[in-house]
Amino acid sequence: MNKYSAFSLFKNALTNNKNWQASWRDASPKVKYDAIIVGGGGHGLATAYYLAKNHGMRNIAVVEKGWIGGGNTARNTTIVRSNYLWTESSLLYEKSLKLWESLSQDINFNVMFSQRGVYNLGHTLQDMRDIERRVSANQLNGIDAEVVNAQQIKEAIPLINTSETARYPILGASLQRRAGVARHDAVAWGYARAASELGVDIVQQCEVTGIRKNGPQVTGVETTRGYIETKKVGVVVAGHASVIADMAGIRLPLESHPLQAYVSEPLKPVLDTVVMSNAVHGYVSQSDKGELVIGAGIDSYIGYGQRGSFHTIEHCMQAIIALFPNFSRVRMLRQWGGIVDVSPDACPILSKTPVEGLYFNCGWGTGGFKATPGSGWAFAHTIANNQPHELNAPFSLDRFSTGALIDEHGAAAVAH
Amino acid sequence: MLLIKCPWCGERDETEFSYGGEAAIKRPLKPKDLNDEQWADYLFMRKNTRGLFLEQWNHSVGCRQWFLVERNTITYEIISTKRINSDALNSEVPQ
Repeated sequence: MNKYSAFSLFKNALTNNKNWQASWRDASPKVKYDAIIVGGGGHGLATAYYLAKNHGMRNIAVVEKGWIGGGNTARNTTIVRSNYLWTESSLLYEKSLKLWESLSQDINFNVMFSQRGVYNLGHTLQDMRDIERRVSANQLNGIDAEVVNAQQIKEAIPLINTSETARYPILGASLQRRAGVARHDAVAWGYARAASELGVDIVQQCEVTGIRKNGPQVTGVETTRGYIETKKVGVVVAGHASVIADMAGIRLPLESHPLQAYVSEPLKPVLDTVVMSNAVHGYVSQSDKGELVIGAGIDSYIGYGQRGSFHTIEHCMQAIIALFPNFSRVRMLRQWGGIVDVSPDACPILSKTPVEGLYFNCGWGTGGFKATPGSGWAFAHTIANNQPHELNAPFSLDRFSTGALIDEHGAAAVAH
Repeated sequence: MLLIKCPWCGERDETEFSYGGEAAIKRPLKPKDLNDEQWADYLFMRKNTRGLFLEQWNHSVGCRQWFLVERNTITYEIISTKRINSDALNSEVPQ
C-alpha cells in the first residue's frame, strides 16, 4: 500500500491523481476467523488494528452492517479530552489522549488532531467548586488541567458573553490545553486503512443476525452474507449493543437514545478552542471548514431512529446563544442524530460476558469519540488475552452486581 | 417532537411530559431472597427494545399522572396510550 507523505502527494499530482490506491480492501467474508469484531465504527476498527498490531492477530475481520464512517463515528462533535473526575475514567481517557497525540504518525493518516484546548464553563458557585475539585483530581492523576477565571476566558475567547448580568453568568472554567478536536471520519478511514494493511478483512454491508453458541462457548456469527465461524467475537456496536446482546441471551444495563448535533454555515474564524457548558447545556467548536459544530444532550426517550425532537435542538441553541449572543443570526446548515447507548453510571462497559469468547465494548453513551484509540487498545488486550487490561478492568459488566459503579454521571459536572 | 395522547388530558406536545423508560418492571416481592446478580438485573438491566416497546410517561406539567405508551422505537410512531390501571395491563405493572 502507498505510504501517504508530501512526496506521494507530489508524485500523484504529476499523474493527475489517477493512480491513488483504494485505502482499504473491501473484503468478502471468509469461512472462519480467529476473531470477529462486530461493528466497523471507530472503536471497532481501532480494536481490530490493535489486535493485529499489538497482539499479532491477523486472521480477523470487522463486519459492518452499513459502511465505514456511516455511524456514530461521523456523527459526533469530535471533542477529545481526558479531564474526568474519577481515577478509573481519567486513566482510560488519558491513555486515549496519549494515543491521539501520535495517532496520525502511527496509522499514517492525518486525523487532523488539533489540541486547541477545551473550556468547561462554571456558572454557579457550586459549578466552580466542582471544577476546583475535578481539576485537582486531574492534576493528582498527572493530567493537565487548570482553573481559569472569567477575565482569562474573555481574553482567550473574545466573543463569549461574560457579562455579570447574564442569566447564567460565567464565573470561570476548567481548561485542559491538551484537549481538542479531531476529524472524525478520518479516524474511521485511517484505522480501516491501517488495519487492512495488517491483513484485517473489513467486510461492509454485512449485518450480524445471530450469535451461535455451543454450550457456554461462542462458535460463530450468522450474518446477511452467510455464517462465519469463530471462537472470539468482540461486539462494538454502540446504540445497537442491546440488540446483539439479545441474540446471545445476555441482558445489558443500557438504554439507547438519540443524540443530535448541528453545524452552521461556514464562517470566518471566530472560535479557536472548544467551549462546553453544563449549566446552560451546550458545546461548540469551529471546524477547519468554518462551520460551528454544536451539540447538547440526548433526547429523553429510547430511540433507534437516528433523529430526535425539535425542542431538544431549540434548547441547545438557546444555550449557545446565551454564551455567544452574536451567533444568533448564524444559520444552521445541517442537523442529524446518532444512537448512543447510555449506561446507569455514564461509564462504558469493556468486558467479558457470561458467554465464553463473547466480549462487549459498549455503554460509551454521549462521549465515546474521544476514547476511540484507548477503547480499541484496551478492548484488543481483553479479547487477545481473554482478560481485561488493568485500565479497563474497572469497566466490567459485573460492576453492576458488585456495586462498584463509577459515578461519573453525577460528580464530574462535565458534559460528555 | 412527539405528540402524545395523555389518557386523561388528550393530545399534548412532548415537552409537557417526562420519560419513565421501560414499563412493567416488577419490584421483587422479597428482595432479601435475591442474590446480587438478580438484584442487579432488577435494578439496572433493561430490554432497550428496538421495535415495539412498552414504556411509561408522566404528564409532568399537566395532570401529573403516569401512563403507558406503546411506541415503535425505530419510527417513533405511538401505537397506543393506556391508563396504568387498565385491566389488560394491571397484572404487568409494578405494585
